[in-house]
Amino acid sequence: MGTVIVVTSGKGGVGKTTSSAALGAALAATGDMVALVDFDVGLRNLDLVLGAERRVVYDFVNVIQGQAKLSQALIRDKRLETLHLLAASQTRDKDALTEEGVEDVIESLRGAFDWVICDSPAGIERGALLAMRHADMGIVVTNPEVSSVRDSDRIIGLLDARTAKAERGEPMEKHVLVTRFDPARAARGDMLSIDDVLEILSLPLIGIVPESQSVLKASNLGLPVVLADPSSDPARAYSDAARRIKGESVEMAVPTIKKSLFGGLFRRAA
Amino acid sequence: MLLRFFKLRRTAPVARDRLKVLLAHERAMTGRPDLIAVLREEILAVIRKHVPVDPGKVTVRADRDGTVSTLSVDIELSMDPPRAAAA
Repeated sequence: MGTVIVVTSGKGGVGKTTSSAALGAALAATGDMVALVDFDVGLRNLDLVLGAERRVVYDFVNVIQGQAKLSQALIRDKRLETLHLLAASQTRDKDALTEEGVEDVIESLRGAFDWVICDSPAGIERGALLAMRHADMGIVVTNPEVSSVRDSDRIIGLLDARTAKAERGEPMEKHVLVTRFDPARAARGDMLSIDDVLEILSLPLIGIVPESQSVLKASNLGLPVVLADPSSDPARAYSDAARRIKGESVEMAVPTIKKSLFGGLFRRAA
Repeated sequence: MLLRFFKLRRTAPVARDRLKVLLAHERAMTGRPDLIAVLREEILAVIRKHVPVDPGKVTVRADRDGTVSTLSVDIELSMDPPRAAAA
């Protein structure tokens, strides 16, 4: 039986989809079978970030409505054969995902994959609740910024109250993934530090992903950052986080200020 | 003056302190984001049992100060003669 992970945040634009793709690819690269499920009905994007946008024939809603079998709707990644995607529907009907339908699909995936990663839509509405419903583990993606931290706190409350696991009285495993961390701004005292975020949310840290050009470049190419630029800092952060998810003990690399001679010269010249 | 200038430069501690205060309040209301609306309706229902109330003449305000939250409800009571209520 696989583990179901929800990647969630409350706030939009903090990096849920990027992180889902990168963590999924990093887990798949270790040889584990991974299914990525896009819950953002009407605003699907995981297919685009994975470069699979032209290969979507059937989606999540088609499977729930019986128009396609789950095996027909799963798209296998071209680079990592252990990585699979179930795309969200582009339908505007937000109620297209039913409680029972989601449960059936997630339980089937849990039986066939090592990891089922549910990419949650933003907000705290039905879509976000459905995405977290059957999760065993919650990864709360947080930017070191006040509105993101506040929304993360709301989502943590929901993970403890509205998931099937919580309703059975079992403790919900939750981790914070800090993304878009800028070490220079943190050092100047203008960005919440990692310690601040962890103290406020009181959750264990699964990774720190620095703000980086390579994340944008990877999504331009339709590649998870761990495949597009494996030696980049974000790729390493995601790969380390994936190993921690698998239970390995990996020392936390805290991003530091990059000093480059040319960068310094250009900045001075500017 | 110089001290103030340096204090202003570091914004992260301000962010951290604001968040701590805010979240302490929000967590106390966990699961009841609509608490104010519920309280308003129930308080009004109790009062309406005894006196007519014009919903437009009700002001509900929630306030926070440090560790104390307050809820104030101002209801303007109708001055209609008692027989109106009895009818």
